[in-house]
Amino acid sequence: MSELSFDNTQKLSARRHFRAFDAIVVVLLMLTLWQAIGSWTQGVAVSPPLPTLVYLAGLLGTPMFWAHAAATLEAFLLAFVLSALIGLLLGLIFGIRRFAGEVAEPILAGFYTIPKVTLYPVVLLLFGLGMSAKVAFGVMHGLVPMTLFTLGAVRNLPPVLVRTARVMRLSPGRTMRWILVPACLPDIVNGLRISFSLSLLGVLIGEMFSSQRGLGFLLVNGMAQHNVRLSTAVVTVIVVIAIAANTLMLRLDRRFARRSDTAG
Amino acid sequence: MTRRHAALFVRIAILTSLVALLEIGCRLGFIDTLTVIAPSDMVASMADQIRSGDLDASIVTTFSTILIAFALAVVLGTALGALIHRFARLRDVADPLLASYYSVPTFIFYPLLVALLGLGKAPLVVLGILSATPAVVISTLSGLDSVAPVLMKLARVHRLTPARTLTWIVLPAVMPHLFTGFKLALSYALIGVIAGEFILSGTGLGYAISYAYQSFDNRAMYGVMLFVLLVAVTANGILYVWEGRLARRRSRG
Repeated sequence: MSELSFDNTQKLSARRHFRAFDAIVVVLLMLTLWQAIGSWTQGVAVSPPLPTLVYLAGLLGTPMFWAHAAATLEAFLLAFVLSALIGLLLGLIFGIRRFAGEVAEPILAGFYTIPKVTLYPVVLLLFGLGMSAKVAFGVMHGLVPMTLFTLGAVRNLPPVLVRTARVMRLSPGRTMRWILVPACLPDIVNGLRISFSLSLLGVLIGEMFSSQRGLGFLLVNGMAQHNVRLSTAVVTVIVVIAIAANTLMLRLDRRFARRSDTAG
Repeated sequence: MTRRHAALFVRIAILTSLVALLEIGCRLGFIDTLTVIAPSDMVASMADQIRSGDLDASIVTTFSTILIAFALAVVLGTALGALIHRFARLRDVADPLLASYYSVPTFIFYPLLVALLGLGKAPLVVLGILSATPAVVISTLSGLDSVAPVLMKLARVHRLTPARTLTWIVLPAVMPHLFTGFKLALSYALIGVIAGEFILSGTGLGYAISYAYQSFDNRAMYGVMLFVLLVAVTANGILYVWEGRLARRRSRG
């Protein structure tokens, strides 16, 4: 019962039938809602879908937009890769050394639920304004879920697999290659998915609070200059990218889960 | 049991020695106090600010906002969850949406919400609801899924009224799942509201931290920060222990 939040999304999609008609209805409903909010405020707060998309098409042609997008992408990729690698390593260590895992898990789970934004000034004081603070803040968000997922995967490994490896006298490297990684892959992919969206969130919050570059800055700046179209367009870009990446990783996850089901 | 106690002991020892190291490092000048101040100073600053009443207004604002957002998220989330569970077609549409909901950084809607609703409590409440409600919906769905069909048949055999079916059969079965959802909803609402105050707001604890940061008042900043983190950790800790008790009582029968 005490699983963490990110666990309960995976239980959902056991039984789903995709209906194209319903999906189109949902998309249309969302666009209508967006349009309604836009016209209700006369485009002062949120710009309606069509003008936003037209503006976005123009925006995508400017080098200014790509400079900001590149800054966000660079910070995000660094944060994501660091979270994934360190999280994988820590998760493996805490999963194999049971006692260390028991000591570390509540600390990590506790860290996951605190409002980390409050710690951003500390990160800024430690790393200074700029790229490294954003990356560090992204890692703070993305590292914990990756570690916890890997830890859980290693800990729940069927003991018979570990014994098999011992019986066959596999070297640690080979145990990792042939036993550990394949058995843990579905959970690791899931961890990567959560870590992906949280490190993106961390980087964006970092940019929104104090930065001169990046999509988060562009969003807040658009708001400050009453450039509603700009901020709505940036929000649209981020939402589309986040959903696309998540869908892709859910697909991957499902494929690995199916493969390990048939193999086991 | 002893193993659990040993883990707890080591955990406390590690955390205490980290705090002690920070304290010593700051006192001996290894750590620049312009970056991090000594833990004892943080506690002193927190105590000063609470005693002087400087924080009272911020505390009231922040926690009332969190509670409003949490209460609305619970009501909305449970109702939506029940509705979605009732209609299979709605479920097929909602499942993929819920599965990818938390991948979108909801927080980026906050500037739009401020433009829409003005600076104040309203955009923070909406932000809190946006980040907390789906967790309640998801846990309501998984709770309702877990009600054994035989129990529903039992209710029908005994010709229970819908109200009695709800209180005697459905609620006891769903409660543990709902509790998990409420726990998450509270911490998401807390994170959302404080983050919102931190980035763009004129009141509240989050604002107090960013204000102190921007006016280079490290001592005040660390005091408020410690207070917020202590409250968050305590609230989550209580719910965590409570949840564990519920689960254990349930498994005992």
